[in-house]
Amino acid sequence: MSPLNLTTQALEIIAAIAAAPLFVGWVNQCRAWLQNRSAPSVLQPYRGIRKLFHKDAVLAERASPLFRIAPYMVFGAMVLAAAIIPSMGTRLPLTVAADSIALVGLLATARMFMSLAAMDVGTAFGTLGARREMMVGFLAEPALLMVIFVAALISQTTSLAAIAEHLSSQTLALYPSLAFTAVAFTLVLLAENARIPVDNPATHLELTMIHEAMLLEYSARHLALMEWAAALKLFNYVCIGVALFVPWGVATESQGPLGLLVSVPVLALKLCGAGAGLAVIETVSAKLRVFRAPELMATAFLFAVLGLLVHLLLGA
Amino acid sequence: MEFLLLLGTPVAGALLLGVFGARRWAPELNALFSLVTFAAACALTVRIVAHGNVLVAHEQFFIDPFNVFLVTLTAFVGFTTALFSRPYMRVEMTHGRLSPGRLRLYHAMYQLFTFTMLLALTTNNIGLLWVAMEGATLSTVLLVTLYRTPASLEAGWKYFILCGVGIAQALFGTILIYFAAEKVVGGEGVTALLWTHLDAVKTLLEPRVMSIAFVFLLVGYGTKVGLAPLHNWLPDAHAEGPTPISAVLSGLLLNVALYAVVRCKVLVEGSLGSQLPSTMLMGFGLVSVVLAALFLWRQRDIKRLFAYSSVEHMGIITFAFGMGGPVANFAALLHMTVHSLTKSAIFFTVGHAAQKAGSQLMDQIRGLITLSPTIGWGLMLGSLAIVGMPPFGVFAAEFLILTTAMKQQPWATPILLLALGVAFAAVFGRVQPMVFGETTAKRLPHPPALLPVFVHLAIVLMLGLFVPPYLAGWYRQAAIMIGGH
Amino acid sequence: MVHVPLLLQLVNTCAAGLLLLSFAMLSQRRVVTLVYLLATQGALLCLATLLLAWRTHQHHLYISAALTLGLKVMFLPWLLHRLIRRLDVYWDTEPLLNTSVTMLLGLVIVVFAFGLAQPIAALSSTAARSTIGIAIAVILLAFMMMITRRKAMSQVIGFLSMENGLFFGAMSATYGMPMVVELGVALDVLVAMLVLGVFFFQIREQFDSLDLHHLESLKEKP
Repeated sequence: MSPLNLTTQALEIIAAIAAAPLFVGWVNQCRAWLQNRSAPSVLQPYRGIRKLFHKDAVLAERASPLFRIAPYMVFGAMVLAAAIIPSMGTRLPLTVAADSIALVGLLATARMFMSLAAMDVGTAFGTLGARREMMVGFLAEPALLMVIFVAALISQTTSLAAIAEHLSSQTLALYPSLAFTAVAFTLVLLAENARIPVDNPATHLELTMIHEAMLLEYSARHLALMEWAAALKLFNYVCIGVALFVPWGVATESQGPLGLLVSVPVLALKLCGAGAGLAVIETVSAKLRVFRAPELMATAFLFAVLGLLVHLLLGA
Repeated sequence: MEFLLLLGTPVAGALLLGVFGARRWAPELNALFSLVTFAAACALTVRIVAHGNVLVAHEQFFIDPFNVFLVTLTAFVGFTTALFSRPYMRVEMTHGRLSPGRLRLYHAMYQLFTFTMLLALTTNNIGLLWVAMEGATLSTVLLVTLYRTPASLEAGWKYFILCGVGIAQALFGTILIYFAAEKVVGGEGVTALLWTHLDAVKTLLEPRVMSIAFVFLLVGYGTKVGLAPLHNWLPDAHAEGPTPISAVLSGLLLNVALYAVVRCKVLVEGSLGSQLPSTMLMGFGLVSVVLAALFLWRQRDIKRLFAYSSVEHMGIITFAFGMGGPVANFAALLHMTVHSLTKSAIFFTVGHAAQKAGSQLMDQIRGLITLSPTIGWGLMLGSLAIVGMPPFGVFAAEFLILTTAMKQQPWATPILLLALGVAFAAVFGRVQPMVFGETTAKRLPHPPALLPVFVHLAIVLMLGLFVPPYLAGWYRQAAIMIGGH
Repeated sequence: MVHVPLLLQLVNTCAAGLLLLSFAMLSQRRVVTLVYLLATQGALLCLATLLLAWRTHQHHLYISAALTLGLKVMFLPWLLHRLIRRLDVYWDTEPLLNTSVTMLLGLVIVVFAFGLAQPIAALSSTAARSTIGIAIAVILLAFMMMITRRKAMSQVIGFLSMENGLFFGAMSATYGMPMVVELGVALDVLVAMLVLGVFFFQIREQFDSLDLHHLESLKEKP
């Protein structure tokens, strides 16, 4: 456990927590540009969070302790997830704690707490949102696991850090299987992070919404944590995607401090690109009816399994 | 020379009839071309008998005792059917069911169909065999829809799609055989599809690939043979097309498809050295016999009735080939011959009977014997022959098959006997009131051609009583060649 | 991991693309789009053939690539387009069975096809042997498409897609069939399409539609 690795680990966690709202802001800005609107500042999410922290929390009368713990649990799970995703370096002390399958479990834990909290108060909207979230999650999770399995099969390990290291150290080769799984992963990312075409992050009080419906009863610091956690989730997913599909530039053991130094701007570049891509997808596609979402997830699953089969057959 | 004439005549006929097929004398021209083809086939046969097997055109074609008798049979039935179609199509024209354009199509396609079948029979290249089989489907699909009725269009569509899909499976099987052969035969792969070469090295072919290939080939060509449960297209295509086409489909196309299956079976069996191909053939054959016998009971349309009877007989022949051995193969070849002759004769009489009655429904065909004794007796004798009454040749063949089955596959004998009994009752029960009884039918504008019917039946009768020694020797040679164990 | 040369990686990518297109066809409702997908499949097939020809120096593969290009990428889609226009079925869509269920069934078929291909691929010595499974999968998926569709046009496209699969199978298992056979097969496909064109008009004339629901009267009546 060298000091360099510890530094990488610390830097990653701090960067994730700090930069997640910035990433959301960046996506929003890109979207605004693409849609010919005047863009909000990239710092807008920070302002929102700060404002919420200054307010007094109001809790529903019937709210159980679970309702109050949930934001901390969700936020905690996301931070932990950020710690084991190799966004900057692959030699992270914490990766031994959890492999990629545990990571999926961690994300599922967050979802479970969020859904339970949404149902806790007993309002119609919360229950509705929770049910939809569970439906989407239950369909997206197998697809996500399949995506990870393909990468795991290619690199013979389930540890995300080792996968990223293996893939980044390969000579350049065409992987049809990874192309398929990349499509699947993008679909899962959109669904899991409540983006268009599954959910619309920009609206409230729409009958088709999923994510926002679950947060309606939250206020002040709880809401701030929840939103921050949502931003972190998006950040994490993008980092997972980066680690699986464009891992080049990540700092590996052999590269020393220089690698870490290089990897930070590289990551920033990749995030910029990913955010812009996300904005494009959200701009060109229309929101699906909620009941068509399973079809989308089935497509994602199909792609992932196709990727798996293609890998097994072609070895590529 | 004979060989060139054999394949060249139908092509020339197709081209010429494609231009002149609607003329008044076109039916005669059609018959003439078929006659020349038949003469070429006879000459070829004489040559084979005298000089033994022939390989032509860089070994792409070859004639051995197995296919030469099928070539002769095909050319013969092709010729007699052309004779029959002469008055038949004229009547259809007079009844206004056909336009001159369609008559031209019919004549051209008839010759083309003959060509594809002869090509399939004589080619040594199993890839070309596939091409010819597909060609046979394509040339007949527009003939099935010749009347453009909704039912005929449906029948044609079914025929096209089912046989198209089936034949695609056969192509895959052929690819697999090529794949297995390329390793053994080597070279540029040109010879790796030639049956004679494959036959020489069949024990070296990779068994696992060959068994997969056989499944695809059997399903593919089996669809065209009309083996249950892939027989769905067969009754529809037979019932809705013009009767001469029903006659050649039943009498010839099914034989040719079965020929393809047997050729492949010889290779696969040699490679596997196991009973798998035989067992599969026997299974498909038995299922076809039983299913067809049951369906025979439900028929109202006379052509469908005899179409199912074809399924039944193809089942029996397939079963016999499955049993293998000199006796069963001999019986199967004999059965192929007599079935083809009898069934086409029956379709000839059925065609005229349906024209007279103005309907193909059996309820509406009555009292043929009072109206036209020749048609009535023709149908009666033909039916007696096809259900396996002695002394016709079908009886002899079935008797041989059954006795062999008793020896080799005793479990199958009762099933076969029962199915044959059921089929007998079904066919005979339907035909009897059609032949005897009150009549409603009318006279036809053109006298029917009944000579072919009686010639066919006479040959069948002769084959039942006495197989000429050179023919028997020929069958025996073929039977041993396609796998005496 | 075994290192695979770039050309073969490209062939593999083409194969994966073929498989993907098969699935796209399975889930596509619009007839015109199906024709585009078919043409794309043909183009990928042509590309794969060219790549293999280049790699293995099998000259007859160039000819079959040209054949594919002419027939499957240009002529047949053009013919189908013409038919679609002439028959006025440009906007035809057809209701599908549940897409997700169809897709899952398709996946099962692919697994089956890969299983079937194992013994063949194990024996093959060609460079592209690993794609045999994909070829079989394409054949079976096209077969499934033919079963699930009710429009004459879609069934025919399924049929052609099956032909593509067969061709690809022949190529990856044995670098294609001898030229005589390949020409014969191409001729048959061509004639089949022309016959079908005539057929479509006959069906239209009779039923005013290319829906195969009309073609269900011939059944064994109880």
